[in-house]
Amino acid sequence: MAEQDWKTSKRTFAAVSLPTLFWVVVFFLIPMAIVWLYSFGENRGLTEIEFSGTLENYKRATEWLYLTIFGKSFAVAALVTLICLIVGFPVAMAITFASEKWRPWLLLGIMLPFWTNLLIRTYALMMLLGTQGFANKGMGALWEGTSWIKTLVGLQPLPTWEPVQLLFNNFAVVFGLVYVHLPFMVLPLYAALDRLDRSLIEASLDLGAGHFRTIMRIVVPLAAPGIIAGVMITLIPALGAYLTPDLMGGTDSQMIANVIERQFKKANDWPFGAALSFLLIYAMFILIAIQSMRKKVPEVR
Amino acid sequence: MTEPAKPIIQIQNVSKRFGKVTAVDNVSLDINAGEFFVLLGPSGCGKTTLLRMIAGFELPTEGRILIDGQDMAGIPPNKRPVNMVFQSYAVFPHMSVADNVAYGLKIAGVKGGEVKDRVAEALELVKLGGFGERMPDQMSGGQRQRVALARSLVMRPKVLLLDEPLSALDAKLRAQMQFELSELQEKVGITFVTVTHDQDEALSMACRIGVINKGEVAQLATPSDLYEYPSNRFVADFVGSVNIFEGKLTLDEPDKAAVDCPGVGKIYLNHGVTGPHGADVWIALRPEKIYLHVPGEGKAVKAAAQDAPDGYNFARGKIKGMSYLGDITLFEIELDDGARIRVSRPNLSRHDQEDFTWDDRVSMHWRADSPVVLLG
Repeated sequence: MAEQDWKTSKRTFAAVSLPTLFWVVVFFLIPMAIVWLYSFGENRGLTEIEFSGTLENYKRATEWLYLTIFGKSFAVAALVTLICLIVGFPVAMAITFASEKWRPWLLLGIMLPFWTNLLIRTYALMMLLGTQGFANKGMGALWEGTSWIKTLVGLQPLPTWEPVQLLFNNFAVVFGLVYVHLPFMVLPLYAALDRLDRSLIEASLDLGAGHFRTIMRIVVPLAAPGIIAGVMITLIPALGAYLTPDLMGGTDSQMIANVIERQFKKANDWPFGAALSFLLIYAMFILIAIQSMRKKVPEVR
Repeated sequence: MTEPAKPIIQIQNVSKRFGKVTAVDNVSLDINAGEFFVLLGPSGCGKTTLLRMIAGFELPTEGRILIDGQDMAGIPPNKRPVNMVFQSYAVFPHMSVADNVAYGLKIAGVKGGEVKDRVAEALELVKLGGFGERMPDQMSGGQRQRVALARSLVMRPKVLLLDEPLSALDAKLRAQMQFELSELQEKVGITFVTVTHDQDEALSMACRIGVINKGEVAQLATPSDLYEYPSNRFVADFVGSVNIFEGKLTLDEPDKAAVDCPGVGKIYLNHGVTGPHGADVWIALRPEKIYLHVPGEGKAVKAAAQDAPDGYNFARGKIKGMSYLGDITLFEIELDDGARIRVSRPNLSRHDQEDFTWDDRVSMHWRADSPVVLLG
């Protein structure tokens, strides 16, 4: 059969892609365009928005207050991505080098959280981290145990256990985001590592390199496409994270998505919310542009 | 080589089992310093596992491996005085050729200036001088293999291990690399241990060949001994092309023997076999050692088989198949007694193959020292 591409059979291609194209245009591009237009509009009364072409919303969105929130969101998202990378890389390596028998089960373990709703997972995490949660209870039991042993050998008992505040702060937000985004990091890393020719690793060992040097000099550079994919796929949703900071964060840990949500709801200032949203989208565009501009790593088989 | 052979690698009663599968079964083998040793066998026979155990990528289930007298148990691959050229070459794709070759030297702590000199020298050795700045994806498969060779040789290992080094090259390049590898090995004087399933490769390059079958050493010999004096049916059949006939030993004296092979007739040998009378034996007869006569020439030639008694080592048959291979023509002949026999005939002149056609009746003979008697 001759190879077919969209150039030789334009009609078939059009027929097949039309439903998807329709879907994307009607339910994504048009609403986005409307929101984009809002960002140049002004509030007139409670529900009326006039498209006046003003840049006032963008001016306000780039005020210091909002820039710090943007900055903080970037910092949190970057930290989350870094932790995911550091935690996820060994996990991906472990799955790659696990035996054939174990690998599907380990992959299933990584994907299992996707089967549960994000909201439920977040509440479950909150139960774990609350002052009456398992984490605190566990630590408390250890504390009491140590105290009891100390009295047993005739030492002063420890002071009474004070539960640690693990929820409603920045730590909780980062922890929650890492928990949610880890699979997004592990899967592209695994895909990249799995493609890696094992004999490259063996060749490095054979030439005298230890395991650590082999990972740093051979595995990491060759897994770079997967690392970049994992970073992008983690960083972008983490940057726009809404639910986790909303539920697990404290008063000082709101991220940009929470501010945007407030504009559309409580503040009823759609034009300003739209401007903030588009600033976030532009930032993401820039990230993606940087990624696609980087030099491709040559692949040799 | 004439100097007393000293084993650089000693493989002692080594077995390797993967679960219930025995890949290597109680192999003992010495590889001498400075020789070009080839492990030859069909795929899945355990030869690569054996090589990987020498490199340290697999650990023997039983037995031990000594390199230069030192037991390798517990010594990881990066601490062994051997280097390996991988089947896929495993050239690091993100490093230039020079960086690839320098990789091991830098790890070994060799100083910058010396690294540069040794890299240049190694690239010169594999005829890649001036290619240092290239990236691997700008090179052909054959060139990448040379990079892999240079990268290993630059480490000056005691032993260079090569896993199917020529299998990914096309036929012409393969033939050229066979010569180059032998030449290179003589030049650097490092012991080469090569794994291959290709008998031509093994015969052309090796000082000695270890034929491996089902995890065991089937025969250990020089190329010509392996070909001319195979010790069992597996080796006779695997190395080169061969006719194998089953028969009974009917005559066995110090200077002569005869084997009665149903379908062929009596095969006469000019040496003793020292097997029990009437024993079941096998005769291996190489296709090129059978002289095929042009039709009508038979009578005159019968006398040519004069070293065998009348009626022996002479056969008639009908051509059932022919394949013209350029340098030789291969014939498949059905003997009058029923057996099929393969005969090859060099095309000494341009029209040689035209003397024969399908269903021609032909006669053939072979010398009394050509057949090999196999007891197993």
